[in-house]
Amino acid sequence: MMPDGSRGRGGAWEAKRRAANGLMWVVAVLATLAALVPLAMVLYYVTAQGLPALNLAFFTHMPKPVGEPGGGMANAIVGSLILIGLASAVGLPIGILGGIYLAEFGNNRFAWAVRFAADVLSGVPSIVIGIFIYAIVVMPMKRFSALAGGAALGVMMIPTVIRTTEELVRLVPISLREAALSLGATHWRTVFKVVLVAAKGGVITGVLLAIARIAGETAPLLFTAFGNRFWSTRLDQPIASLPVQIFTYAIAPYDDWHAQAWAGALVLVALVLILSVAARYTTRGRFRAVR
Amino acid sequence: MTYSTPVQTFQITEHTDHPTKIQVEALDFHYGQFQALRNVSLPIRERQITAFIGPSGCGKSTFLRALNRMNDIIDGARTQGRVLLDGEDIYGPDVDVVALRRRVGMVFQRPNPFPMSVFDNIAFGPRIHGLARGTDLEDLVERSLKRAALWEEVKDKLRDSAFSLSGGQQQRLCIARVLAVNPEVVLMDEPCSALDPISTLRIEELMQELKAKFTIMIVTHNMQQAARVSEETGFFLHGELIEFGPSSRIFTDPHDKRTEDYITGRFG
Repeated sequence: MMPDGSRGRGGAWEAKRRAANGLMWVVAVLATLAALVPLAMVLYYVTAQGLPALNLAFFTHMPKPVGEPGGGMANAIVGSLILIGLASAVGLPIGILGGIYLAEFGNNRFAWAVRFAADVLSGVPSIVIGIFIYAIVVMPMKRFSALAGGAALGVMMIPTVIRTTEELVRLVPISLREAALSLGATHWRTVFKVVLVAAKGGVITGVLLAIARIAGETAPLLFTAFGNRFWSTRLDQPIASLPVQIFTYAIAPYDDWHAQAWAGALVLVALVLILSVAARYTTRGRFRAVR
Repeated sequence: MTYSTPVQTFQITEHTDHPTKIQVEALDFHYGQFQALRNVSLPIRERQITAFIGPSGCGKSTFLRALNRMNDIIDGARTQGRVLLDGEDIYGPDVDVVALRRRVGMVFQRPNPFPMSVFDNIAFGPRIHGLARGTDLEDLVERSLKRAALWEEVKDKLRDSAFSLSGGQQQRLCIARVLAVNPEVVLMDEPCSALDPISTLRIEELMQELKAKFTIMIVTHNMQQAARVSEETGFFLHGELIEFGPSSRIFTDPHDKRTEDYITGRFG
């Protein structure tokens, strides 16, 4: 089976070639393991540290004053959900409609600029987005608020959602558009009733990944949503969130707060993990529908 | 080199049973710099099947797509000439493309059902045009599926995904989807090219039933199919309509040397 040239050079050359091949294989496996080790360690360490402090009260009770044992992070969990909801209300319509625009009408200079802006925005440090929202929302309102936090997270969602929507709308075969148009559907009906339906699974995946990404963001919330020791669901008031609460507890000098910070971290990791798995799951049927 | 033929040559004496449904006059079509149709003129008769044959890239699909203005969606497309549907130019300034496409439906080369249930596929057209709702819509869906000879096979799986059907069933579903908006003309762009011989036969039988009510035009690579199903046949080459006439004559006694070469398999 060997090409004639290699046989001619004798066994030594072949042995060297085999050794190089084996060596590269080992290096690649080691690199893969090296990438997996920190991930496994983070998961293990967060679970080991967080699980002992995790109980029902953690989900249902409010934080206790310093020195009193027990209590939970109910306000931060609900706060995070509210912030994610607000962020979605800001980021999803803009992201999805923007993505549709880029996919359907994206052959011009303006669209090129939008694409470039989205790519740049996805690389902007999150703290910068926090400062930006501080300037345009917090300053005029003269207070930190859930709205400001939601706006900051929403802005962070836009680039991910806009680009995944664009990619997936582009993947929908032209034959489906033609079928709809040939039945007398207008362009917008074709897009919303057929193209978006076909791309649904993938768009949902993009949305879930965007949410998973912002769920753990701390920096943009520090001077927008700020944080709140008390129960608050008012949108114009500062609101608690898991990442900020974890940060506050972790830098505090109390051991029971540290334990609760670990528990909070575990909840956050679990939330992100669930969203990622759900994203994988919704992608499964995608190519069956689109072909 | 004036192969292109004036309108009169293909004007066959008026039938009372099959008046002219579409009159194409001096149709030119460009994709950017490339001219895909050159001075095409011919009449299409009502409630008959007209077939178009020719080698790949000869413009026959482009011609078909010119008749419901599906070429409009291509960047850099330019159409000149007239296409008279019941005497009115579909490229006229006041024409509503949506209304036109409702009258002139299209079946594509590969079955392209929407990623929805069987029912919703058929109901798509009636819904966007507000033709029927509730039980009326259910009746319309049933009637359309029956016309496309698919009802018996799918009546118990109307809520299933259209992708669960076989390729041949999917193509008949696409035909039913077109029929549901009650068009006057049905354009078929190589509707059997992705199907097996049994499914192809079913589609051909279906076309024979449908021509009682619809004007049908079919593009096909299969000359036997054109000879079997159509009353009239046109032969395209390099964007020109070389010859047009009754299928029985075209396939037995072609007048143009190039038509003869093509149908006897000397090229293409």
